[in-house]
Amino acid sequence: MKLRIRFSKTGAVRFIGHLDIMRYFQKAMRRAGYDICYSKGYHPHPVMSFASPLGLGLESMGEYMDIEVNSALSADEMKNMLNEQMAEGIEILSVNLLEDEASNSMSAFAAADYLVRIKDEACAADSQSVTACNISEKALSDFLERKEIVVRKKTKKNEIDLDIRPLIYEMYLRADQSIFMKLSAGSSANLKPELVMQALCSQDGSAFEPYQLQITRLEMYADSGTDGNRCLTPLDKYQTKVS
Amino acid sequence: MRKLALGDDILLTVEKPARYLGNEINAVYKDPSKTDIRFAMCFPDVYEIGMSYLGIQIIYDLLNARDDISCERVYSPWVDLDKIMRERNIPLFALESQDPVRDFDFLGITIQYEMCYTNILQILELSGIPILACDRSDGDTLVIGGGPCTYNPEPIADFFDMFYIGEGETVYYRLMDEYKRCRSAGMSRDEFLLRAAAIPGIYVPKYYEASYNDDGTLADFRPAADNVPAKIEKQVVGDLDSVSYPEKPLIPFIKVTQDRLVLEIMRGCIRGCRFCQAGMVYRPNRERSLDFLIKKADLMLESTGHDEISLSSLSSSDYSKLPELTDHLITECQKKNVNISLPSLRIDAFSLDVMSKVQDVRKSSLTFAPEAGTQRMRDVINKGLTEEVILNGAMDAFRGGWSRIKLYFMLGLPTETDEDVEGIAVLADKIASGFYSIPKEERPGSKRVEIVSSTSFFVPKPFTPFQWCRQCTKEEFEEKQKLLSRKMHQVLNHRSMRYNWHEFELTRLEGIFARGDRRLGKVILAAYKNGCIYDSWSEFFNLAGWEDAFASCGIDPSFYINRERALDEKFPWDHIDAGVSRSFLEKEYLKAHNSEITQNCRSGCSGCGCRAYNTGVCYEA
Repeated sequence: MKLRIRFSKTGAVRFIGHLDIMRYFQKAMRRAGYDICYSKGYHPHPVMSFASPLGLGLESMGEYMDIEVNSALSADEMKNMLNEQMAEGIEILSVNLLEDEASNSMSAFAAADYLVRIKDEACAADSQSVTACNISEKALSDFLERKEIVVRKKTKKNEIDLDIRPLIYEMYLRADQSIFMKLSAGSSANLKPELVMQALCSQDGSAFEPYQLQITRLEMYADSGTDGNRCLTPLDKYQTKVS
Repeated sequence: MRKLALGDDILLTVEKPARYLGNEINAVYKDPSKTDIRFAMCFPDVYEIGMSYLGIQIIYDLLNARDDISCERVYSPWVDLDKIMRERNIPLFALESQDPVRDFDFLGITIQYEMCYTNILQILELSGIPILACDRSDGDTLVIGGGPCTYNPEPIADFFDMFYIGEGETVYYRLMDEYKRCRSAGMSRDEFLLRAAAIPGIYVPKYYEASYNDDGTLADFRPAADNVPAKIEKQVVGDLDSVSYPEKPLIPFIKVTQDRLVLEIMRGCIRGCRFCQAGMVYRPNRERSLDFLIKKADLMLESTGHDEISLSSLSSSDYSKLPELTDHLITECQKKNVNISLPSLRIDAFSLDVMSKVQDVRKSSLTFAPEAGTQRMRDVINKGLTEEVILNGAMDAFRGGWSRIKLYFMLGLPTETDEDVEGIAVLADKIASGFYSIPKEERPGSKRVEIVSSTSFFVPKPFTPFQWCRQCTKEEFEEKQKLLSRKMHQVLNHRSMRYNWHEFELTRLEGIFARGDRRLGKVILAAYKNGCIYDSWSEFFNLAGWEDAFASCGIDPSFYINRERALDEKFPWDHIDAGVSRSFLEKEYLKAHNSEITQNCRSGCSGCGCRAYNTGVCYEA
């Protein structure tokens, strides 16, 4: 049977890269006593896949991975067993049983929510030079009213011009001056929040200072809409069985 | 949430920031205000190397087992962070609390190889601890060294307040208790060091002084204070089952060099190879019991979730309960999808059978370490391996399905002739011929054999029978390597041969420091000031920096390596008692020159002196 696990990643572990997080979970599941399925061969490895790698330095409240197990206890018990094996900064938020026919989180992943805020230490150090502190409602609405927002995007082979406006589904300034954004994601059109911030800063004429920003991925969605109508469902509620 | 010593801007610019975060599973966090002693345990190389070393995990576990001590870890910052720390004056910190190392009572440094000496100075300097022990005062962190290089600690004596000679499990608690006592009595650093020097196994170099003859050799080495011992005795654990073994080893986030569970099955070696320092200084050979190992292996697999377990010892085939142990592990590990790795096995029918159960024969290669090409040479080094045994082992391997063989040799061994050098290619060729003598349809793999021979250059080490021997010059090494390369191309099966060799320059430095004396301290400091660091990493090895250091200190390196020492020469390490007696080593040195072999400890005692420890193979029934 397939399980979908949602976890958060905050604090020091945000500097642990994706491959290392995978290795970390393989060991954690052994310690937790999960009855996980293994691939065949001389070097069997647990059957496990992640929805999407999280960039180094980013926090998340909504990371997902799918695993296959031979047997499982209740969702709550599974969650608690794994939580007992976590390092500081990684918390298991939910474990859900998937429908047998469910697509894996990686292929279902279609959109994500992000929160961008200025790090406290950056604000304290120098409030003048800090970029997004000064983003006004006006600047943001000007940004979103543009018909197209063309940015240079590096691909594996070269650089291309990309209109990111259609990939921004939602974006607004919150009362605490942080910026919320809902962006297209997944294999077909993945937009990184850093790129949006860079475009916003360049419209505004301010310098883009990536180290001053703390980006948090809040949620990942699948799109179950048809005929071009978007219908976003959080991955932990998508094709899961009620247990 | 834990604070971090480095800002996000730094962590996002340096390579592998996980090296500096701590936060690993099974790391121990204590509130320093609730402990009496803070101990920073350091491996002076990059995190991935240091985290692979079992010794630190043992001491970490041992010290943290006490409520009054908090032990944390420190590794060498990689060159990218090193630069940033210097530019921004960021002090070196310990991983767990992220507090500066200079806030700790002790900095313990394990010294595993000579080529980390400049990294030790980096650790001290970045910590803000005076590099020279004589410049430290009451408030400064106490710097203690341990590990194999401390059997001749003289080249680095200037940088350490003390050395611990022997196995860490034995007197660390006693040392810590003494420290607490001295501190609460308001004693000075010197008063503590003087008391520490009286603890068996603790060597405080400042209380000893050396004088030299006109020819540069050591004239005298004596205690320069009352009540310090003339000889420092190596400390060993009597019963390995009785000392703690980490049941919850640390699990790094990033992939480290030894990314597996390590089960140390015994210490010491019964073999007595004459080139091998470990085989001499870790005597007597002592085994852990089968029950102990099975219990620990099961516990540790559970506490770590590792997917691979490795047996560790100098010669695992000599572990007396090896069949029982591997049987248990194979059964348990197959159930748990855990891989088993078995390094340092002699190739014979038993080990081939075990290996065929735990690895994919078609993909893996088999490693033999004949160390020398001719039987004469193998007898000189007391390798105890005949050509017949090697060839039979190889044939068994081919019939078992292996078709890739790795061979390890040394060049520049004492008494080596051209014939011995070429003998390496001849032996590799005979092994290949053995393969091709098998009918084509019965041959494994791609019907061809691949034989990879590697040579390292021999470095004479203290406390071995070869401690009197001269090391080859760079030119001699080069000539030997070229001779062998040529021969490799001439042998019948040359198409099946590959040959790799090590670098000369590192070998030379390693040799100088292995048998060096106190006068080399200033050379190491000068080289460090010239920018030498991470010397064992070929991309950073700075030969010009070292050459300039020797020249500016007026020290001729060839004095330390390129001369045969007289039998009665005083050695800089004579005040260390490593268990094996000098008279035994001398006897072995003379036997080597007659190609006479010495039996192994299990076949019979050769009187090396280690019976005095009252334990181990010396007292086996």
